[in-house]
Amino acid sequence: MPISRDDVKHIAHLARLGLTEEEISHFQGQLESILEYVDKLKTVDVSRVDPMTHVLDLKNVYRKDSVSPSIDPQAVLKIAPAAQGQFYKVPKVIE
Amino acid sequence: MNLHTLTALELRSRLDRGSVKPQDILADLRGRYEAVEKKVMAFARPPSFEYRDGAAAGALKGIPVVIKDNICSQGDLTECCSKILKGFVAPYDATVVERLKKSGASIMGKANMDEFAFGSSCETSCFHPTRNPWNLDCVPGGSSGGSCACVVADEAIVALGSDTGGSIRQPASLCGVVGMKPTYGRVSRYGLVAFASSLDQIGPITKDVRDNALVLGVIAGHDDRDATSAHMDVPDYLAEMEKDIRGLRVAIPREYFVEGMDADVRQAMMEAKAKLESLGARFGEVRLPHTDYAVAVYYIIATAEASSNLARFDGVQYGLRQTGGSKDESALVGMYKETRDKGFGAEAKRRLILGTYVLSSGYYDAYYLRASRVRRLIREDFDKVFKEYDVVLTPTSPTPAFRIGEKMDNPLSMYLSDIYTISVNLAGVPAISVPCGFTGSGLPVGMQLIGRPFGETDLYRAAFHYEQGTSWHKQKPKL
Repeated sequence: MPISRDDVKHIAHLARLGLTEEEISHFQGQLESILEYVDKLKTVDVSRVDPMTHVLDLKNVYRKDSVSPSIDPQAVLKIAPAAQGQFYKVPKVIE
Repeated sequence: MNLHTLTALELRSRLDRGSVKPQDILADLRGRYEAVEKKVMAFARPPSFEYRDGAAAGALKGIPVVIKDNICSQGDLTECCSKILKGFVAPYDATVVERLKKSGASIMGKANMDEFAFGSSCETSCFHPTRNPWNLDCVPGGSSGGSCACVVADEAIVALGSDTGGSIRQPASLCGVVGMKPTYGRVSRYGLVAFASSLDQIGPITKDVRDNALVLGVIAGHDDRDATSAHMDVPDYLAEMEKDIRGLRVAIPREYFVEGMDADVRQAMMEAKAKLESLGARFGEVRLPHTDYAVAVYYIIATAEASSNLARFDGVQYGLRQTGGSKDESALVGMYKETRDKGFGAEAKRRLILGTYVLSSGYYDAYYLRASRVRRLIREDFDKVFKEYDVVLTPTSPTPAFRIGEKMDNPLSMYLSDIYTISVNLAGVPAISVPCGFTGSGLPVGMQLIGRPFGETDLYRAAFHYEQGTSWHKQKPKL
């Protein structure tokens, strides 16, 4: 399937990747050839096969609702690029 | 004293007798590191040769362990060899690390890897490529290339890797060490930086089969913090593997012995088969008819899961933050995009784009959903074979180590180097790579033994008795 530059730009936006013009051209061709390769899956009859998202036969896994120690919030905030008090600091969202 | 050349169990008996102290082992490892690391470049950053005494007295008391750079160890840099995690010091221990420490092991440092485990050559690390100790112009394989290279170069006693599509077994094969990808759910993934959560497993990389069984026995078992870890008892692998393999039923899948296999690899496989037969194993040919689709299924499912897992690297909670972006977007979106553009390398971006594409509106059914259906067919192929056989024997990799740079410009040819290992992750079954020979040019060849779910014991049994009758694992590269 042919992939346009706009397709790559759209996908890059969804993935929150700011790509350079050069990268867009590069990935356009590579994405196209990878998709061409995976197209071989279209030849398999899967009409009566359920999807398998996971190899284990698990439904919901519950744990006991009990209090146990967790990581100190300050230790976690300390490794953030920017934090203030109990919060992560990010650029202004609403103008 | 050359303690760095010994296995963990050889050191164990010396430590127990009191003829060796943990500090002696670390001193020898330091000497070895100083002598060869410039050539091999197996570590993500210089390790520590200080003895970190966990106080506990368990199976690995006094044994130094190297772990892959995507496994969290409290207080240590854990950067997944990616610029986006620059400076990330893990605030907690992964469950495997906690268990290593409880068994008395001393965490020595972090091994180099492909960025976020995206690669089969260790070339996509943001630090440096690791070199194959058998031929420094060749790759060690990947993504756990650093873990495998440091073990075979005697810069480590044992190491941990992670395996999503072959990332323990393929480099183990290319470096000539033993690498186990356990059954999905056998080892807790808590504290492993997630790549593809339905495929990832942590496993041991060691100089021989015994050490491998020893380390798996320490790290395996249920963990409340990983809901997908299995409620299954951990067998005594070291005791179980002593049982002989007379009558063990071994299958050879026809689909794995076709075009594209290196002639030396084929020859080594035939000899391995003869050896196992002489030990009493019974062979038969089987079909795994959906093998040809495995790489395609994998590159849809693994990238889809990765694109979701790696959304967390956005400059907010940890690692790199860059600001900027275009005027049409909010400063926040600009920060996300700039951070991810500067932080991720080319292979990571390629996979995030592919993964986002196959999950995007309009393409989900055609790609992700279809791949998930074919995945079930791949699993069913294995289920059928394991009704009549205990183990499947295949090569680990179609070729020995390739040259650095050879496949970097052709992602598809790189992806195809995992053609024999990928189905195993999709099916969730265990597999081990064991050294089984050398090519004419002196590069190691590995064989892969695949088992039924939680059939690690069968794999260790077969691998151990094979190893006892061969000396491939005793050969060392000249560095």
